[in-house]
Amino acid sequence: MADNNAVTDIKEIKAINKVTFKQRMISYKRRPLSLVMLILVAVAAFLSAAALIFLIVYILVKGVPNLTPDLFAWEYNSDNVSCMPAIINTVIITFLTLLIAVPFGIGAAIYLAEYAKKGNKLVKVIRTMAETLSGIPSIVYGLFGMMCFVTALHWNLSLLAGGFTLAIMVLPTIMRTTEEALLTVPDSYREGSYGLGAGKLRTIIKIILPSAMPGILAGIILAVGRIVGETAALIYTAGSATGTVSGVMDSGRTLAIHMYVLANEGLYTNQAWGTAVVLLVLVFGINTLSAFIAKKLGSKKG
Amino acid sequence: MRINRLKEKAMQGVFFLTAITSIAAVVIICIFLFYNGVPAMAKIGFGEFLGGQQWSPRNVPASYGIFNMIIGSIYVTAGALVIGVPIGILTAVFLARFCPKSLYKVLKPATELLAGIPSIVYGFFGLMVIVPFIREHFGGSGSSLLAASIVLGIMILPTIIGISESALRAVPESYYEGALALGATKERSVFKTILPASKSGVLAGVVLGIGRAIGETMAVVLIEGNQVQIPASLTDGVRTLTANIVLEMGYSTGLHREALIATGVVLFVFILLITLSMQAIKSRSEKHNG
Repeated sequence: MADNNAVTDIKEIKAINKVTFKQRMISYKRRPLSLVMLILVAVAAFLSAAALIFLIVYILVKGVPNLTPDLFAWEYNSDNVSCMPAIINTVIITFLTLLIAVPFGIGAAIYLAEYAKKGNKLVKVIRTMAETLSGIPSIVYGLFGMMCFVTALHWNLSLLAGGFTLAIMVLPTIMRTTEEALLTVPDSYREGSYGLGAGKLRTIIKIILPSAMPGILAGIILAVGRIVGETAALIYTAGSATGTVSGVMDSGRTLAIHMYVLANEGLYTNQAWGTAVVLLVLVFGINTLSAFIAKKLGSKKG
Repeated sequence: MRINRLKEKAMQGVFFLTAITSIAAVVIICIFLFYNGVPAMAKIGFGEFLGGQQWSPRNVPASYGIFNMIIGSIYVTAGALVIGVPIGILTAVFLARFCPKSLYKVLKPATELLAGIPSIVYGFFGLMVIVPFIREHFGGSGSSLLAASIVLGIMILPTIIGISESALRAVPESYYEGALALGATKERSVFKTILPASKSGVLAGVVLGIGRAIGETMAVVLIEGNQVQIPASLTDGVRTLTANIVLEMGYSTGLHREALIATGVVLFVFILLITLSMQAIKSRSEKHNG
């Protein structure tokens, strides 16, 4: 009872202690540095927001007028520098990458979240390694993919080599998000399932994975966003061949590489602006979808 | 029953195998990089390779010194930090402590959006907007250390903002209230109690930002001029380790190619050092909290 009273007291005091604008001005006069800090903080926040808005508006203004039907023609030639084949290649390489990375990422997360005992030394090593992987720059992945898949395994420049390289790159993302999603599943679900006589495997497949699905999906979509925007890891693994591929052993450029080539050549600036818009819209769409699904998970939990 | 138990054991084995792929991946990447890169370093001479100022693979005899590129990477990263760290940390303070709720709903997703923009788009934007701006107002060709620093500074903003903000929010409210009760202004309370208390988290964000900046390739290669030199001023061109690899790998052969892979090894070692210090910061802060 006494505690409760204390709490209400504090609430009342807080209400009385409202600082008026005038009082604030007086205290700022006494401590001008505080006012300076306030202004600095506001300016910094404004700069961050302005950078983003300026970037996006500028790209849209420059790019949208260049979104001509020519840019989406089925056949690539040096007149239209169509990005359609590049879009198709991007889709293919995304599927290839996910085909490899998703089973491994989810499997690893299941092991870490469901099987590994707390304080296990190996788990610590796995976490450290996953963290190391996520810190490696994409150009180093590109070098590795070139040496391992393109040269040592003789896959040459191909979508397959690019897909494998990207799969290692996005593995830690999928692992981490899946593990987080698995850990949000309440223990009572597991206990209930065991109580009904289900084994561990059955519990994982029938109970835990379905309840964690939105979180896992959000992570996978996040990985797709990274794949779509990736350039450095692909340029020496998937190559930059124009045109449509006939199989996964062919070299083909993704949309991001297509844009790099256009920007680097400097001959097709208008088309490059158009491609930038396509790329931005794709990546933002993907990230928004991921955030939306993750939010749904959050609201279900709460 | 026995089949079930067998299935359980088998699947546990499968999950275990998938779990150790990340270890295997790191080991294989290390093997490929060091196996291909270190012999080239030995052939060129470690001192000559790391300390040599001459990079001219087409000369006879060719020389492969990446000292200028190491300095280039460090300069560009430092430039990015000068721009990104103050703005990033102050923005995080704003988001965590000063932001009205309605504005937060817009600003927070916006900073996350910034993280999603592909690096090639940043590079192209820099090439078309920032480079001409520098050319007109500061002289030189525009493709410069300054251009790369500005673009990288923007690119590391979301990393620093995101991690710093969650570190600031993790500080117990009582610190802030205590300072207020002693008569400090709101700003003073934030900058004298909350910010110092969250410093290891903020530091982790900065270190992660360094990792991103030093490893960035596609954005800088378009805008930094790529001359192999130690820039004398902000408007001079510069070449980073990453740019060196991407620019020349396409047509290189023999020792030249191996030297480029060795450049990748140097970059990789830099990143490993950053990852290690990151983990040291993390474990220190965990101990601190626990």
